[in-house]
Amino acid sequence: MEVTSLTQNPSISADLYVTCIIDQLYPEVGVSAVKVLRRMGVTVGFPKDQTCCGQPVYNTGFNNQARVLAKRVLEQFRDSEYVVVPSGSCAATIRVFYLELFADDPGLLAEAKALASKTYEFSEFLVNVLNIEDASVFGAAHQGSVTYHPSCHLLRELGIKTEPMKLLSTVPGLEKKELEGAEICCGFGGTFSVKFPHISEGMVSDKIANVQASGASTLVACDMSCLMNMGGALNRQGSDIKVRHLAQILDADSD
Amino acid sequence: MPEIKTQDFSAASVAAIQNPKLRRALDRVASGFEVARLDRVAEATPKVWEDWKQQARDIKAHTNEHLDYYLDLLHTNVTAAGGQLHFAKDADQANEIVAHIARTRNVKIATKSKSMVSEELALNPVLESIGVEVWETDLGEYIIQLAEETPSHLVAPALHKSKEDVAELFSEKLGIPYDEDIYHMAATAREVLRDKFMEADLGISGANFVVAETGTLVIITNEGNGRLSTSAPRIHIGITGMEKVIPSLQDLSIFLRLLPRSATGQRITSYVSMTTGPRRSDDEDGPEEFHLVLVDNGRSRMLADPNLREALYCIRCGACLNICPVYARIGGHAYGWVYPGPIGAVVSPMLVGLKQAKELPQASSLCGACREVCPIKIDIPRMLLDLRNKTAESPDRNLRSASKSERALAGLYVKLMGSPRLLGMAVWFANLLQKMERILPFSHLTKDRKWIKKSLVPPLSKWTRSRDLPALPKRTFHDIWKKDLSRDDS
Repeated sequence: MEVTSLTQNPSISADLYVTCIIDQLYPEVGVSAVKVLRRMGVTVGFPKDQTCCGQPVYNTGFNNQARVLAKRVLEQFRDSEYVVVPSGSCAATIRVFYLELFADDPGLLAEAKALASKTYEFSEFLVNVLNIEDASVFGAAHQGSVTYHPSCHLLRELGIKTEPMKLLSTVPGLEKKELEGAEICCGFGGTFSVKFPHISEGMVSDKIANVQASGASTLVACDMSCLMNMGGALNRQGSDIKVRHLAQILDADSD
Repeated sequence: MPEIKTQDFSAASVAAIQNPKLRRALDRVASGFEVARLDRVAEATPKVWEDWKQQARDIKAHTNEHLDYYLDLLHTNVTAAGGQLHFAKDADQANEIVAHIARTRNVKIATKSKSMVSEELALNPVLESIGVEVWETDLGEYIIQLAEETPSHLVAPALHKSKEDVAELFSEKLGIPYDEDIYHMAATAREVLRDKFMEADLGISGANFVVAETGTLVIITNEGNGRLSTSAPRIHIGITGMEKVIPSLQDLSIFLRLLPRSATGQRITSYVSMTTGPRRSDDEDGPEEFHLVLVDNGRSRMLADPNLREALYCIRCGACLNICPVYARIGGHAYGWVYPGPIGAVVSPMLVGLKQAKELPQASSLCGACREVCPIKIDIPRMLLDLRNKTAESPDRNLRSASKSERALAGLYVKLMGSPRLLGMAVWFANLLQKMERILPFSHLTKDRKWIKKSLVPPLSKWTRSRDLPALPKRTFHDIWKKDLSRDDS
C-alpha cells in the first residue's frame, strides 16, 4: 500500500529502544514500529550498542547485575529527545524500576528520572505525544477480527489502558472482539515461565482458551514476550490464530 | 509453630495443579468472591473506593509507625476495662500464656472462633496436650479440624473441600448417614457445636482489629459463633498479631466498610462483635475474665524492614488470593504454611525464614493484580521483588540462598548483554547451532524453520514441553537497521 510520509511532526525526533526480544526474535516488529513513526514525520534514531534493559536479572533479584545493564541504557539514551519502547514491560523497567534501582545514588537517580520522563511505550507515544486520534492516518487497514490482551506491566505499572484500544478501534476494516478475562496474566512472567512451568502452562492455557473463544483471527498486544507465550501455546495446539504486535497492525506494509 | 512445608512448594504445587476437584472449588468460591467484590466497588464508585483505600492505608501506616505508643495505649485501656493484656514474643511464649491460663483455671473444654494467628502458633495441639478439648466453631474451621487439615484460604478455610467431601467427612467422623444437603450439614455442625458452647470454660477468638483508645477487640463474622465463643464461656482469650491495633473507634469505621466488601463482597457481615473487658458487675452474662494475647512471632522483623513493613498493614481479607492467577491454580496448601497466596508469599518467608521459603516469592508472574485489589494498597509485587533481591544478594547469609548456578547464570547474562560484541558472537553461535540442528539434535525445528517444537537444553526444554518457541530469524533488528533502515528515507 502506498502511503505518503506525513509531516505533521517535523520537529520530533525519537530514539527507538527496540528491546532484546524484538531484536533477537521478532525484528519485523521493530521494523513496523520504525515505519509507523516515520510515517508520522518522526525522525527515528537507533543507538546501536543497545541490548537488554536488565529486567530479567532485576526480576530475579540480582539488582547489582541489573544496574550494570541499566547504566548502559542511561548512557545510550542520555541525549535522546524521546525514547520509544515497543514493550510495556521494558518501558516499565526504564520508567519505574530504574528509579528503584538507583534510589540510593542521587547522581544516577537524577539521570534515571531524566530518562524516565522522556521514555514512552509505543502506543502511549502515538496517542499522548503525537496526539493521534485516528489510526487511519497510518494508512493501515486490517481485514479480519482482532482481540487485544492488555499486558500486565503495561496495564498496572504504566497504567496504559485506553491508548492501544483507541488506536485499534480506528483501524479501517478491523473488527474488534471482546476478550474474556482480558486483564488476567497470560502466565509468562519471565523466568517464572521456566521456573514454574506447570503454573505458567495452566495460566496460558486458560488465556488462549479465552482467545479462541473470542472468535478473533488475530491476537494483538504491546509486548512480544507475552505474545511469544500465548503464540507458542496457540501454535502448539495447532491454532491458526495469528499473534501480532500493535505496531504490525498499524504498519500498512506488514502482512 | 505448625509444620513448615514451604520448602516443598514446587512438588506441592505440581500435585495441586493436577487436582481437578481443587480447581473447580477454587473457580467457584474464589472467583465468586471477586465478582461480588467488583460489584461493591462499582456501587461505592471507583473514586470513593480509592479514597477509602487511601484512608485505610494512612491509618495502618500511621499506627505501625507509632506502634509502641498505640500498644502502650491499648495496654492501659484493656487494663482499665478489667482485662489483661499479654505480649508474646514468639509462638512458644504465646502458647504458654494460653496454656497457663487454661491450667490454672482448670479449663476442660475450649471453643474457638477462627483465628489465623492461633493457626500460626499451632495452639490446638498445645492445649490438647494439657488435656483441654478444643473445638473449632467456624463451620469451615470445624470441617478442617475434623479432617485434620490446615486452612487453605484466609477467609474460607475449607474452600478446597466440595460438599461431597464434607458429607463423606461428616459421615465418617460423626457416624451419621451420608447426606450432601448443605443445610442439613450446617444443621448437624450447629447441633454438635451448640452443646460445646454451653459446656466450654474457655472461648478463644482471633481479632480483626483491636482498638487502642478503648481496649476493644473487634471480630467480624457471618456465623454467630464468634460472639458465642467470646461471651458464653467463663474465660475469653483473644489472640492476635500486634499489628492489628488501630487508634480509635472512628478509624474502625473505614475498615468495616473495606473488609467485608473486599473479602466476600458483602456490604457488612452478619455480625460485628466488639468486646471490651470481661463482664461488668451489672452485666447479666459474659466472661469473668478477658485476656488479650498480642503476638510478635517475627512481626517486629517486618516492622524493622522499610521494604517489607507494609505487609503488616494486611487485614486478611483474602482479595489478593481471589484474584491471583497462581493461587487460582494451586490453592492454599501448596504454599506450605498458614498464610497462602500473594500476601502469604511475603508474610511466610518473613515469619518462617526466607531460606526455607525462598521459592514462594519466586512463584509469581508479578502481574500486579494483587496490588490492584488490595484494600490497603499493599504493594505486594514490590515486596516479592525485595525478597527475591534478598535471596540473591543480601549480605545476611540467613537470607541469601540463591544457588551458585543462578548466580552464575545472572552473571553470564549480564556479561553477554553488557557487550554488543559478545552478544553478537553468541547470537551467531546460536544461529549456527540452529542450522546444525539435524546433526546436533539439541532441538526439533518445524520444516519451515519458524518454530522450535522441542528443545533438549534447559531452561528452554521447560518452555517447549507445552509451548512452541520461535526459532531465531535470519537477521536481528540490529542487522536490518544497519542495512535497510538507518537512512531516514528508507
